[in-house]
Amino acid sequence: MSNKTTDKSYLEAVNEAISEELASDEDVVFFGEDIGMYGGAFGAARGLWEKYGSSRVVESPISENSFTGIAIGAALTGLKPIVEIMFMDFITLAMDQIVNHGTKFRYMYGGQVTVPIVIRTPGGGGRRYGSSHSQSLEGWFLRVPGLRIAVPSNPSDAKWILRYAVQDKNPWLVVESKKLYGTRGKLGNGLRLPIGKAEVLREGAEITIVTYSRMVHESMEAAEVLKAEHGIDVEVIDLRTLNPLDVETVFDSVKKTGRAVVVEEGCLTGGVGAEIASRISENCFDILKVPVKRIAAPDSPVPMSPVLEDFVLPSAGRIISELKDFL
Amino acid sequence: MIDIKEFDRELLLKLYKTMVLIRLFEKKIEYGFSRNQIHGTTHLCIGQEGTAVGVCSHLRDTDYAVSTHRGHGHSIGKGLEPLPLMAEVMGKQGGYCKGKGGTQHVAFLKKGFLGTNGITGGGLPIATGAAFTIKQKKRDDISVSFFGDGAVAQGTFHESLNMASLWNLPVLFVCENNMYGMSTHVSKTVSGGSIAERGAAYGIESISLDGMNVLEVYEKTGELIKKMRGGGGPKLIECHTYRYSGHSKSDMRIYRTREEENEYKKKCPIKRLQKEMIEAGVETEEKFVTIQKEISITMTDVYQEALDMPFPDTSEALKEIFFE
Repeated sequence: MSNKTTDKSYLEAVNEAISEELASDEDVVFFGEDIGMYGGAFGAARGLWEKYGSSRVVESPISENSFTGIAIGAALTGLKPIVEIMFMDFITLAMDQIVNHGTKFRYMYGGQVTVPIVIRTPGGGGRRYGSSHSQSLEGWFLRVPGLRIAVPSNPSDAKWILRYAVQDKNPWLVVESKKLYGTRGKLGNGLRLPIGKAEVLREGAEITIVTYSRMVHESMEAAEVLKAEHGIDVEVIDLRTLNPLDVETVFDSVKKTGRAVVVEEGCLTGGVGAEIASRISENCFDILKVPVKRIAAPDSPVPMSPVLEDFVLPSAGRIISELKDFL
Repeated sequence: MIDIKEFDRELLLKLYKTMVLIRLFEKKIEYGFSRNQIHGTTHLCIGQEGTAVGVCSHLRDTDYAVSTHRGHGHSIGKGLEPLPLMAEVMGKQGGYCKGKGGTQHVAFLKKGFLGTNGITGGGLPIATGAAFTIKQKKRDDISVSFFGDGAVAQGTFHESLNMASLWNLPVLFVCENNMYGMSTHVSKTVSGGSIAERGAAYGIESISLDGMNVLEVYEKTGELIKKMRGGGGPKLIECHTYRYSGHSKSDMRIYRTREEENEYKKKCPIKRLQKEMIEAGVETEEKFVTIQKEISITMTDVYQEALDMPFPDTSEALKEIFFE
């Protein structure tokens, strides 16, 4: 149950995490577009420029590749930069610095260096922004060795995983959900679960749903309806991070239910679900009662028109209709 | 005009020896490929030694440098030792990066050398970011970004110069214009005048130098660096130079004439300095013969020693992907 007075929104949680890191560690610097007086396109930077000044909250020109590279160069030489990429779609402009530089330096240089950088960006759709402002591209980054990936589904994880990532010596990509920015919850005093551990949000005996970020909420809603209206007992797992990927928690659940479904917001082909389905098939083949199912967006750009966007992006309704006859 | 008489004899000898060391180091790499003892690819800077040495001779260990795919000169100029560098080029465990990086990805942080770089233009933001750290920590060091004429067509060139200027970062952009981005002549890739002139668009003081003249590079770079330390902001140098070898080991150089190559070989920065030092009475011809012989013997030993080193154990392949 949400409490308006003590709870914080997902966006406030992110803002609080950045603010606390800037306050507690002078090596932390923040780069991004419009993060000054404007407070960031979605408001994640609100109040930070006023509080910490322009030398640490560095309003950057629209040059994603190079300000990400500058942050990587700064990380290589002793700072702990946070980078905001305004929309996840724009991370395409910074791919060279992320893929060929920041995530490879430690390995290529024989372990001499660390690159403690956090790139945080709002991904996903549901806000009628159209094809270049709504993508879920995290699946691409599963194939980038050396990169940690967080996909928080709630305010508490959004805050504490971000704080952990800033202090961790590895490069992190934190994919926030812009659709979840307004959702509220308790932040608590720290991580409820260790980094790299998935959370079983709802126990169930018949189907395991493996999901993350916004699809956690759609899956939880679907699970309630499936139980109430169809008598199907669904377990829901929130992965929380895609790297590390906590397959053990997934396998333990699938061994119990014998049925696995992966729900993600991004495109079906070559996605996060494809990877997890493979792992489940490789490790739980003897236990599976049916093939692993993937629920994802079709291999289509995300359209703007509300009717079309709602048709393309997975939802509780679609999860229910695909699973009500799954047993 | 550069007057050699104003240079200290020891400094002249140091500049000379470092250029010869780079030249003979790379000759050994060329030899290694011909004997099938070195694998992969390599990009030699033979002919360009004057820019690497003229710039790097001003740098402290706490200054940073980010290099390019053509980076052996910058590596040695920044103080890396030939043996672990050769071992790295060969992919040996005893290399600076345990053989995992190779020629295009070798770094040595203790000397402020942030790495050669396999992506054209990829190093500019990295060097600019290192300059950001210097400014943030209120140090009086500088960061040097080496790149070629090919890299100025990349977005990172424009983006990095822009931010370096906006944020007044102590980064020295050094363009080694050897006239060819792989095979493509600079006249086909750079519009609107010289590369040095582009600095003005970003409010960056820029100069154009004869990269085949190490003394000119040394003197003019020194003047710029003096202005940069302690808050002077970014500067840009364009060094006109020439690589005698092809772009990489497999390049047959069909895009340029042997006559052009011979013209530039007459301008060899090593021969030029040697001639000027003899004419100025600083050193005798015999001294240079001795220096060359000594470095040649050293390089033969370095080559053999690196060749005899073991390759890394396969267990190394999956280490250091993350900090654990």
